[in-house]
Amino acid sequence: MTTADITSKSAIAIDKARAEGRAALIGYLPAGYPSVEETIAAGIALARNGADLIEVGIPYSDPVMDGPVIQAATTEALAKGFSVRQVFDVVAGITSQTDAAVLVMTYWNPVVRMGVDEFSRRLAEAGGAGLITPDLIPDEAAEWMDASEKYGLDRVFLVAPSSTPERMRRTVDASRGFVYAVSIMGVTGARSSVSSAAEDVVAAAKAAGAERVCVGLGVSTAEQVAEIAAYADGVIVGSALVAAVRDGGVDAVAQLTKDLCTGLTRK
Amino acid sequence: MADAPTAGSDEGTVDAFLEGGTSLRHAPGPYFGAYGGRWMPESLIAALDELEDTFEKAKADPEFIAQIADLNKNYSGRPSLLTEAKRFAEHAGGVRIFLKREDLNHTGSHKINNVLGQALLAKRMGKTRVIAETGAGQHGVASATAAALLGLECVVYMGAEDCRRQALNVARMELLGATVIPVTNGSQTLKDAINEALRDWVANVGNTHYLLGTAAGAHPFPALVRYFHEVIGEEARAQILEQAGRLPDAVCACIGGGSNAIGIFHGFLDDPSVKIYGFEAGGDGVETGRHAATITLGRPGVLHGARSYLMQDDDGQTIESHSISAGLDYPGVGPEHSYLADIGRVSYEPITDSEAMEAFKLLCRTEGIIPAIESSHALAGAIKVGQRLAAEAGTAGASDKIVVVNLSGRGDKDVATAAEWFDLLDKDSAEAVIGKEGEQL
Repeated sequence: MTTADITSKSAIAIDKARAEGRAALIGYLPAGYPSVEETIAAGIALARNGADLIEVGIPYSDPVMDGPVIQAATTEALAKGFSVRQVFDVVAGITSQTDAAVLVMTYWNPVVRMGVDEFSRRLAEAGGAGLITPDLIPDEAAEWMDASEKYGLDRVFLVAPSSTPERMRRTVDASRGFVYAVSIMGVTGARSSVSSAAEDVVAAAKAAGAERVCVGLGVSTAEQVAEIAAYADGVIVGSALVAAVRDGGVDAVAQLTKDLCTGLTRK
Repeated sequence: MADAPTAGSDEGTVDAFLEGGTSLRHAPGPYFGAYGGRWMPESLIAALDELEDTFEKAKADPEFIAQIADLNKNYSGRPSLLTEAKRFAEHAGGVRIFLKREDLNHTGSHKINNVLGQALLAKRMGKTRVIAETGAGQHGVASATAAALLGLECVVYMGAEDCRRQALNVARMELLGATVIPVTNGSQTLKDAINEALRDWVANVGNTHYLLGTAAGAHPFPALVRYFHEVIGEEARAQILEQAGRLPDAVCACIGGGSNAIGIFHGFLDDPSVKIYGFEAGGDGVETGRHAATITLGRPGVLHGARSYLMQDDDGQTIESHSISAGLDYPGVGPEHSYLADIGRVSYEPITDSEAMEAFKLLCRTEGIIPAIESSHALAGAIKVGQRLAAEAGTAGASDKIVVVNLSGRGDKDVATAAEWFDLLDKDSAEAVIGKEGEQL
């Protein structure tokens, strides 16, 4: 990880969990689903019930890494008129009420459209921790490297079971805050079991020098959280929380978060 | 005449276009000026690297070159003809018009060139399954064909709206042993089929090759797809020199993602005397917002793995494109075209649905050739280019002007759409029901 002089909000949140002898919980919510206000309320519920970091997703027209649950939610948000700048309202709404580190997860074109520098400035202004970029690899990230340095934002790139040791190193070197380990070759969505590939990806990322590695994709239950917490620094839950928002609103998010947290403590 | 995509074999015979001798014909990627690259999930980078490595080795392997040449000649029926369209040309200011007859290839379009090449690469990588997206169905049919020929499993993603417009092509793919999966997300057209194919690829990349059908996407696809279509331009250039004794004044092609166009342009990019035109789908007219004129009205952005011109709103959300032609109904375009537009080497212009359908009818009536609606955009553009050339040259000089048009596909698949457009169907006929109500065969 580069530039030790910039304080990483994500790293602080993960290290706090580590000091408590547990993995960090990272929860994903799509902005504007079912409304901007409810996303903020759900984010606050996530944080107050035990999530250490929150990923706010920007609904996008072509979400190639997302499975049906998140696709349906983001499509609905777009149909209701969600606009990208509202993501900063969501971030500010959550960071003003909680201590959670709030990252934005976004496909790259909406950032390009607004301008990488402008987007970064507004994200920092809203109190955001940084960006998770599912379709941006370090090879194409020159502009984002500059902007994230300028505004002190975390750069969370993804590593996958298919990443070679060389790419693993390059991605780890380019990241700040943590590295997002994709547990499985596939798209987002709950799965009945966590792939055994996940532990190998974490080990490879650590071998490449990563200080903090969090695992996502397919995690939906406290049992799966516990399994991953044994070897990773953080556990990322997405589709299961989106389904909770869909089926039971903010209360369901709070309940699921509490439940997921029972898996965080390392045995 | 070249009968294989022997890249670089005739470099000594053409003048480099740019000063300083830089050729435009073999741009290797990943970048074409500010365009191209790899805007892709990390999960797929290893597969792209493997494909690039396999492709580079294959290009240098005489056995691979010979395999392609053999398939092109003995399976696809190459070289495709270059046919002078004399009666059609009377409507284009009296210039001479030659049609590069990709419609005569096996499966009825240029698409076969690329799928045979990529299916061979899939075999070389030890993959047993290919997936493909399709708009009009031409690439899906071609992919299913190559998969059947080479013994690969084939799954084709096709927008549900396109399945309706091209019901017979769905049946063709299934006859060839492919599985067709209708995509109901988003606009239910080509871009959404690509999204779904990418999701499949991420999950199955170990045994699956994504047989991308156009010269777009992440590196190495734009350069790789062009490579397999370069044969179009190489043949066309040699044929026009043989038949007319000189290079053409203009070359015209239609542009969706831009694979047929980059293939024929390749032959002429380094010939400064040849003006090159790409015709995009203008849909209902670019002023209506219902079109697919990506370069004409789009702005640079990233979609499906490459930076290129893109139809997008102020938030960077992709705008749904509109065209009567399923094969051109795509809000993106290959990155090499964006570069060629920016440096001014190729002029890109929109052609409306109406203009394309008039050219469609004209070619049917004057030459006895039913063109694909995609290719009809190039024909409509050629009429405009011909009239401009004639205006410059005067009546006496017009007949010395030469325009080559890439007739990228045949129109058999479009007969229902055309019959509906020209109101030729009895309203109770089965075909009218298919055309209007979307019933699949």
